[in-house]
Amino acid sequence: MSLDYPKTDELVAPDRVATPMYEDPALFDLEMDKIFGKAWVWVGHVSEVPDKGSFKLSHVGTQPVIISRDRKNELHVLVNRCRHRAASVCEIQKGKTSSFQCPYHGWGYALNGELRGVPYTEGYNTDFDKKDYGLKKLKVETFEGMIFASFNMDVEPLEDFLGNAKPWIRLFMKQGGGFPIKTLGEHQFKVPMNWKIQLENTTDAYHFPVVHKSFMQSLDGEATEQFSFLDDDDGWVEDLGNGHSVMVMMPELNDLDENLDAPIPERFQDLAATLRKDYDEDQVKRIVRAVGGCGFNLNLFPNAGCSLSFFRILRPVAVNETEIRHIALGMEGGPQAANQMRMRLHEHFQGPMGFGSPDDAEVWERVQRGSAGGPDLPVMVNRGLGLETPSENGLPKGDVSAETGMRAAYAQWKKMMDAPEAVQ
Amino acid sequence: MKDFPVTDLAISLQEAVEFVWAEADMLDACDYDAWLALWGDGGHYVIPIEKTGDDFANMLNIAYDDAAMRKMRVERLQGGFSISAAPPAQTVRTLSRFVAEAVDDTTITLRCAEHVVEDKFGRQRIFAVNLTYTLVRSETGIAIRDKVARLLNSNGVLTSISYLF
Ligand code: FES
Ligand SMILES: [Fe+2]
Repeated sequence: MSLDYPKTDELVAPDRVATPMYEDPALFDLEMDKIFGKAWVWVGHVSEVPDKGSFKLSHVGTQPVIISRDRKNELHVLVNRCRHRAASVCEIQKGKTSSFQCPYHGWGYALNGELRGVPYTEGYNTDFDKKDYGLKKLKVETFEGMIFASFNMDVEPLEDFLGNAKPWIRLFMKQGGGFPIKTLGEHQFKVPMNWKIQLENTTDAYHFPVVHKSFMQSLDGEATEQFSFLDDDDGWVEDLGNGHSVMVMMPELNDLDENLDAPIPERFQDLAATLRKDYDEDQVKRIVRAVGGCGFNLNLFPNAGCSLSFFRILRPVAVNETEIRHIALGMEGGPQAANQMRMRLHEHFQGPMGFGSPDDAEVWERVQRGSAGGPDLPVMVNRGLGLETPSENGLPKGDVSAETGMRAAYAQWKKMMDAPEAVQ
Repeated sequence: MKDFPVTDLAISLQEAVEFVWAEADMLDACDYDAWLALWGDGGHYVIPIEKTGDDFANMLNIAYDDAAMRKMRVERLQGGFSISAAPPAQTVRTLSRFVAEAVDDTTITLRCAEHVVEDKFGRQRIFAVNLTYTLVRSETGIAIRDKVARLLNSNGVLTSISYLF
């Protein structure tokens, strides 16, 4: 790799990106360093590690990490690699423990990553200090229950990075319907594509009526109406800064605490009837409205989406391989019938056999396959350019089908890739 | 093997095996209308994510289909509007290792192994599945009441799937 690589001006222009963005393995390695090795990366939700001693495996870029909650209730994100000779210290997806013990020579680590036990210490010289061999720690912060980690100890505060996305995150969390949000399970699938193809998609309304036609056909009239946002003119997509963007499809569902007097849609009538046995009418309306989810997709650079009613998390594996998690959300301590319906709605669209995700996966793979041809041809992200107006934040805002979100993400990509290495 | 009750409506292991072999043939041929007709009105077609537990209504599944969802799923698979299913991956499947878990006057709970090989884009993928059927006999013949397909890697990272198990 030459010193001046990558020439980011040749890879990212305001209206297009170059084919190597999906194809170049050297660029992928650099992204793992300059983006996933530096930025705040979504790793989990607090409900996945609810108690003292809870842990959950996750990733930051291609690196395996453990999220753990120690006995003081503090969250840690630790690289899942023994500091002796590199064995992974945990291969259980989630659970509870008092420590992590390496299976190879038995080094034992506390929940906060500190090295506590070394078998047969007498074989080490007196200068061996356990303090030097704790599990590698990342910086950790949470916002509205979402856990982010960064390899960059000097990274800006998480709330500064989320910036204009914060009010949208708060709106998204209202789908607890008055209860705390908890994860209800997840679908995981991999697609032979570059991670940025998924990054582009979370605020891509343009594909919806084409790719998700068979999903639309499976809805009742009222829901079809709701999902026909490309035919309405009240939606929009806006750049939120720092690579984040929001695509508003159904503005009437932006704030789930509003419009509570709107009539309950037909498909939620059975649920409402069940809820009425235990809740008063105001609560029934609030819960039912929350069950239906939000009306927007929020894309958080580089790897998370708060998408209508679930978390969509991407994990880059290789230049042409990406794993996706679709995490279902529900109401902690909320009515069983409401959580059941949340799960049934999630199963309907998401996952390896949903009515939506397989079609997304197919077209994403087609992008990767297609970009093997015409390496000199650009990938166009110019839809809506010249038609945008400034948002309240003074950033570009386009119609719902504009590629404003992609341009926002690629501007942040370029900024991070261009950032000079900190002088050591 | 236990002594199974023998009545007019009881389903023998041989009959059950022939029934699910015929079903497998329909699924490889994407003959989904014939497949739907194998089902009774109730019951669920379930592909769980979790390896253990059977309270599927309170779990997130890969598929949890009642009669209405089965019908919609079939419409999607053969409607020609789903890019992942038009064309779908082609499949060849084998069912074996049959065990009659429980038998009564009209029903049999049958479990077996299923191997599916899919082919699409010149690439083959393989799935290993533990299937459990509850088959019921009525005057009109044998029907599926419930079918649970547990993929060996159900809680792992899967790929998009454009056919049924
Ligand atoms: S590699 Fe972990 S104790 Fe040796
Ligand atoms: Fe999509």
